[in-house]
Amino acid sequence: MIFLTRKAEFSSAHFYWNDQWSQRENERVFGKCANRNGHGHNYTLEVTVLGEVNATSGFVVDLKELKDILEREVVSVYDHRHLNLEVPEFKTAIPTTENIAIAIWKRLEGKIPGAKLYRVRVYEMPDLFADFYGEL
Amino acid sequence: MAKAYLSRRYHFSASHRLHSEAYSEEKNRAVFGKCNNPHGHGHNYTVQVTLSGTVDPVTGMVCDLGALDAFASEHLLQRFDHMNLNTLECFQELVSSTENLSIEVHRIFERFPAAHLERVHIEETSNNSFDYAGGAVVAAGRI
Repeated sequence: MIFLTRKAEFSSAHFYWNDQWSQRENERVFGKCANRNGHGHNYTLEVTVLGEVNATSGFVVDLKELKDILEREVVSVYDHRHLNLEVPEFKTAIPTTENIAIAIWKRLEGKIPGAKLYRVRVYEMPDLFADFYGEL
Repeated sequence: MAKAYLSRRYHFSASHRLHSEAYSEEKNRAVFGKCNNPHGHGHNYTVQVTLSGTVDPVTGMVCDLGALDAFASEHLLQRFDHMNLNTLECFQELVSSTENLSIEVHRIFERFPAAHLERVHIEETSNNSFDYAGGAVVAAGRI
């Protein structure tokens, strides 16, 4: 079995806010991330799939096809968007790096022919990332 | 006296929207594309400032990096980090493009007293970067 990883990038705005809490509590927990005007990041997505190498093609998956799936399912929805205001899954979940990794997993699960989705890694910044391996 | 150049990098994360009141909605979309999205989007910005000065014979330094960091923290990071650039005073009449941001950051570090500012370099993404070394600000940048 081979693990294959493909990267994609998107630039988005977001803020952290829990409607159940007061403004004071939001600011205490989320600090400067609670600024309601939003701020933003260049996100890097790494999607790792697991599969057998096809004896004829030498591929685990068709890389072009995987790129197109990431573009269609994730980048076209997240890039140059405000995650809280424009991406449906973040109407109910705070767009933390952890929740973004989970949301991307859900977007990709079952959509990659011939390989198993193994890991979704989302970098919010070069020194901060979250991994999701599906429900263990 | 030996003149040397010192560069230091700072990072902040902010959102923005490229939009000009001088253009129609249609023209804004045509000129700025996805950067015109009304809700904004965001970046991890990297600011690199290059300063010059004579090397102090006692310290061996152009300037005290601690003093430069403190200046950057107060005048750059506290102002821009985790902010929507379009809400800041400097972008009320200017498009929050990274070209205009470079000019504003140059204006900030020009006031750093301990060394001479040579150049501001800002990376908006891993593929886009902008440099401003002072001099004429093109009138077309204003709206």
